[in-house]
Amino acid sequence: MKSFNYKTSATIQARDILKFSLNKQTALVLILLLTVWLGIDEVYAQVQGDPNQTILETLIKWTPLMFFGPPNEFGGFVLNITVSFIAMAMGTFMGLWVGIGQVSPNNIIRRSSWLITQLFRNSPWLVLLFYFMLLLPYTVEIAGTRYDISGWTKATFALSLPIMANLAEIVRGAINSIPTGQWESAQSLGFSRRQILWQIILPQCIKRMIPPWMNWYCILTMATPLISILGVNDGMTLTQHALAAEARSEFLIPMYLWLMTWFFIYSYPIALYTQRFERRFTITN
Amino acid sequence: MNTNTWDSTQPIVSLKDVHKSFGDLEVLKGITFDVMKGEVICIIGPSGSGKSTLIRCINALNDIQSGSIKFQGQEVHDPELDKLELRKKVGMVFQQYNLFPHKTALENVMMAPIKVLNQNPEEVEKTARALIRKVRLVGKEDSYPGELSGGQQQRVAIARSLAMSPHIMLFDEITAALDPETVKEVLVTIKELAAEGMTCILVTHEMGFAKELADHIYFTDNGVIVEHGPPNEFFNEAKDPRTKEFLSQIL
Repeated sequence: MKSFNYKTSATIQARDILKFSLNKQTALVLILLLTVWLGIDEVYAQVQGDPNQTILETLIKWTPLMFFGPPNEFGGFVLNITVSFIAMAMGTFMGLWVGIGQVSPNNIIRRSSWLITQLFRNSPWLVLLFYFMLLLPYTVEIAGTRYDISGWTKATFALSLPIMANLAEIVRGAINSIPTGQWESAQSLGFSRRQILWQIILPQCIKRMIPPWMNWYCILTMATPLISILGVNDGMTLTQHALAAEARSEFLIPMYLWLMTWFFIYSYPIALYTQRFERRFTITN
Repeated sequence: MNTNTWDSTQPIVSLKDVHKSFGDLEVLKGITFDVMKGEVICIIGPSGSGKSTLIRCINALNDIQSGSIKFQGQEVHDPELDKLELRKKVGMVFQQYNLFPHKTALENVMMAPIKVLNQNPEEVEKTARALIRKVRLVGKEDSYPGELSGGQQQRVAIARSLAMSPHIMLFDEITAALDPETVKEVLVTIKELAAEGMTCILVTHEMGFAKELADHIYFTDNGVIVEHGPPNEFFNEAKDPRTKEFLSQIL
């Protein structure tokens, strides 16, 4: 009984230390960011030639545009997040099927899934963006009605493809990581292949797929400013516009840092949660 | 399928000259035997002699190269065979239990009758609870496999197979991964099954168990049946030197 108590208190201690280190980590990063910000303010307070507008005032002035896009238009940082959401949803859906395709008993399905995966996993994202920007039409006609395909729609589709390929690999890996005994015992109970996959194998895969899935979401979100090269009004493009309008080179670093901070504040909690999930997964296993 | 004239006076399982290879390695080199309804058959022999492969062929988990395996008069070694239909009637329990880890003990037992046989979930639950009682696991219905001991998991696996009301049960070294004390609790369950008249084919290393329970013992080595007979005859009057050597090492 005594040793048991000792053991539980040790576990609690370990958990507290973990929590503390996590908090310390967060605090360190925040302090670092703050230091950089203060440092910049300091520097610009000195070099500022035109006293009409401080860096802070300029940032505040441009923030609505950079964050929400031009009035009555879809854009800015919000567009980056929207693109990341939709591309992730599409990539997850397609990646699931392509991943399942890679373990299909049908030769043609298996090989084509493998080919698709390799193709999009090993292409630079920017090249894919350019490619689909040029490949996809600007308008489509469905049942007599013309629909415009906006730049960001194309860009979203292009970004979903490498996500699809990488998630397909994660799905394939997860399926293969389930012991063959699970397949055999289910087979011997009369389950069909499809039932085994959807009711027995994939539910067991979800837990081990969540951390890499979240990780890819972060990577995708960080990659969304790439679409600015294609003339989409995302946060990056609008920051460039703001800088061009100001025509003050000393604002270059703080403006981009401001944008970067939003991305950081958005992604960092996800990264922390990913770590926590991973740790919990390794403990329960 | 109506041409099937099998009745229970004929062997429920009948193997004739079964050959099975993995690539160049021939693991079964002409196996022939019959199992009657209600019989308990033990297959013993050194590791790697093809015992597990042999019983996995009976429910078509492994295919064979030549020969014939008949279950209730129906050819198993037939590309046209509906394997899913066959497996509904042939239960199998594995050495590694292979319970579904994301389901509770009760859900493990209930899953196949609901999803495969499309039975009414409420009735399935009643049967499943009765089966859990039968394998002496009352109170463990809501435990996940990870929370159960090896012997308990194996008994859930037996209940899971029985939930399909199979006509025959295959046991593939089901006590090999258990420690000696838990082996007993699993063997008791099988003993009860046999007493109820369930046809059982066991691959086992439990000689005492085989001696006590088996109607017929087959000794395999190197992919052939070296010797067979009722337990008394087999254990006391073994003729083949390979059988003698094996028994002297085990007993």
